[in-house]
Amino acid sequence: MEIVDLKKWFPGVKANDGVNLTLRGGEVHAILGENGAGKSTLMKMIYGLLEPTSGEIRFMGKAVHFRSPREAIHAGIGMVHQHFMLIPALTVAENVVLGDEPGRIKFDRKEAQKRVRELSEKYRLAIDPSAKVADLSVGLQQRVEILKAFYRKAKLIILDEPTALLTPQETRELFSIIRGLKAEGVPVLFISHKLDEVLEISDRVTVMRAGKTVETVETKGATPQTLANLMVGREVVLRVEKSDAHPGEPILQVHDLHVRDFGRMERVKGVNLELRRGEILGLAGIDGNGQFELADAIAGLLKPEQGQIIFDGDDITRWSPAERTERGIAYVPQDRQLDGLVLSFNLVENTILRDFRKRPFAKNGVIDRTAATNYTERLIREFDVRPPDASRKASELSGGNQQKVILAREVSRDPLMLIAAQPTRGLDVGAIEGIHRQLVRLRDEGKGVLLVSLELEEILSLSDRIAVIHDGRIVDIVPGAQATREQIGLLMTGSRGHSEVSMS
Amino acid sequence: MIFSDPEIWAATLSMAVPLALPAIGGTFSERTGVVNIAMEGIMLIGAFFAVAFSYWTGSAWLGLLAALICGGLTAAALAWGAIRVSADQTVLGMGINIFAAGLTTFLLNTLFGFNGTPISTPKLPNISIPGLDNIPYIGVIFQNQSILVYIMIVLVIVSHWFLFHTRLGLRMRSVGEHPLAADTLGINVWRIRYFGVILSGLFSALGGAYLSIGVLNGFTANMTNGRGYIALAAMIFGKWTPLGSFGAALIFGFSTALGIVLQGQGISSNLLQMIPYALTILALAGLVGRAVAPAADGIPYDPRRS
Repeated sequence: MEIVDLKKWFPGVKANDGVNLTLRGGEVHAILGENGAGKSTLMKMIYGLLEPTSGEIRFMGKAVHFRSPREAIHAGIGMVHQHFMLIPALTVAENVVLGDEPGRIKFDRKEAQKRVRELSEKYRLAIDPSAKVADLSVGLQQRVEILKAFYRKAKLIILDEPTALLTPQETRELFSIIRGLKAEGVPVLFISHKLDEVLEISDRVTVMRAGKTVETVETKGATPQTLANLMVGREVVLRVEKSDAHPGEPILQVHDLHVRDFGRMERVKGVNLELRRGEILGLAGIDGNGQFELADAIAGLLKPEQGQIIFDGDDITRWSPAERTERGIAYVPQDRQLDGLVLSFNLVENTILRDFRKRPFAKNGVIDRTAATNYTERLIREFDVRPPDASRKASELSGGNQQKVILAREVSRDPLMLIAAQPTRGLDVGAIEGIHRQLVRLRDEGKGVLLVSLELEEILSLSDRIAVIHDGRIVDIVPGAQATREQIGLLMTGSRGHSEVSMS
Repeated sequence: MIFSDPEIWAATLSMAVPLALPAIGGTFSERTGVVNIAMEGIMLIGAFFAVAFSYWTGSAWLGLLAALICGGLTAAALAWGAIRVSADQTVLGMGINIFAAGLTTFLLNTLFGFNGTPISTPKLPNISIPGLDNIPYIGVIFQNQSILVYIMIVLVIVSHWFLFHTRLGLRMRSVGEHPLAADTLGINVWRIRYFGVILSGLFSALGGAYLSIGVLNGFTANMTNGRGYIALAAMIFGKWTPLGSFGAALIFGFSTALGIVLQGQGISSNLLQMIPYALTILALAGLVGRAVAPAADGIPYDPRRS
């Protein structure tokens, strides 16, 4: 596949403004770029969802103009979307063959399962064709997507942010699948904003910035630093710079906490934890091990079954979320769009969400728009929210800027403690850098920071101490400085191993 | 004991027909992702035009055909509003119900006058299947039932096979679950949805015709008496499957039959008549088992927005 000077202009926006790319047979080619660099627009054009303004896409030596995904699929382009196009209520085989089912009137279920089994053996994508997709893990669902592409005789596989939803283990499996495809001679286009993954899996990398392809480089000669600089267009600090912590008095103590989630499942099964002023405590763990329920319980969103939460000397176990906020707990929830912001509200309304009842934002129960707007505009400047327009709806902002708004709201209230759950999820390098700096600044101001993250790198680079949670229990707490990836990774699976630096 | 009397089971079967047919129809519509609460109205239209054409042509079968055509056309209007212009499907369905109630009453009075439809209107035959009626007990249940009872039983089986064992059935279900996914695989979402909704119109009209020219041979204003809504409950109760809908319709049919049989036994008839409606509320409130609707049920699909 070859892409020559492809452009896509929307009114007022040049989403793609000169994209050049050559994909060779049998190579894994990564497209790296920050969110908003134009990666999705490019994908949509290749897949027939958008029509290019100018330029050309050549596939197998011919210029192609796909007007719908159907035509792209027919030509042999297989796309695995970031959000899967699968039907959870149907089986694996049904999902794979849908649209091109075996049989005349009757759906030949046996034949469908046979064909899917053959494909899964050929490409070594082990899966049970009769399993219901809803019952599969995210990693296995992704395999179904890849099988779908091969069932339609794809000659090229496009993976759009394929690791966004995967666990580290599943990512590893995906990479071995990609290597298998490469061995079969299937070219793979790998779209990502994650440096380490791109470096690990690709043969060549094309970096996109502001709608343009900046450069294509051989992965062999590239380093995280050179790629990050290309992506952002300036020198980027990858490693968080921070001085030694000076932890003070405990600000938060959790004793034997038990929490059930909304489905009445016990998620936190007796956690003991202590967070001090002036330290960042990282809570590491594989998704689904109770870390987010623990964070919710401390913030007051879930009621504990049993146990005690002491905050700055007060037993806050039975307090409402509002009372906790008043007392000095700030919370950046895991899902910024669901729990962090009201997407249909503008930035002014969102920044005063916690304090709208109080002066100076409200007088005698009436909101003072001017005061609120001034306050929001100040935060927008301080936290570099773009575009700097307080009247924008939260939904119109990019993920990184949404996160900045939440962080601005929480931090500017001068809390004693911040709980940050997945604060950089889905953000690009530039935005992550900024958020990390804020967390370290809070710590240096003597506040307690509880960082809950699924990204091991983030935990390792920020935390002064690392607590590892598995199956609702804290397996171990280790000092951040000495911790290694392997050690924490092992603890995350619940095995104590032989960690010599154990402190708990 | 009344339960050992085959008559109550015969009545149950008979009462289940005008519930099972629209419930299966609704299943087809909702499985493709269009919420259909217009079964009540479409049944009324089916019931009225069945009688009208049966009288005018002198043939109950032509009356049935007219019912199907009119029901199908009404459903097509619903489909157009729900699919092409992405209107709110609940409001649309309610609109059709109110329109149908008004239209049929108006036509009844203007075309047939205030005495109602003529008693000379031909009705569909009642039949007994030779051999079947010789079996003790079972035979009594199936003795002298409307031909539509047998047609319904065939339709239940065919519908289930169709929805779960044919290629088109698979496509219908996929469109109701995740239309964008189906679209990217080359399935025409709109066409499948039209098909599902119109099919539901045909089934509902058949249920209506059963009331007017299957059981009786005349039409009275609002003769469906809420059966379209009970069918809606039966569909949910039956977890959006034809077999389940039929089973639920039998339960509702039984409660109606029970009400009739127990009349004059010292229990208030008003209380007994309440049974099917109370069951409906329970079913619709989701108290009877957990039913999961098709994921894209009620959400218009606009391919341009994907």
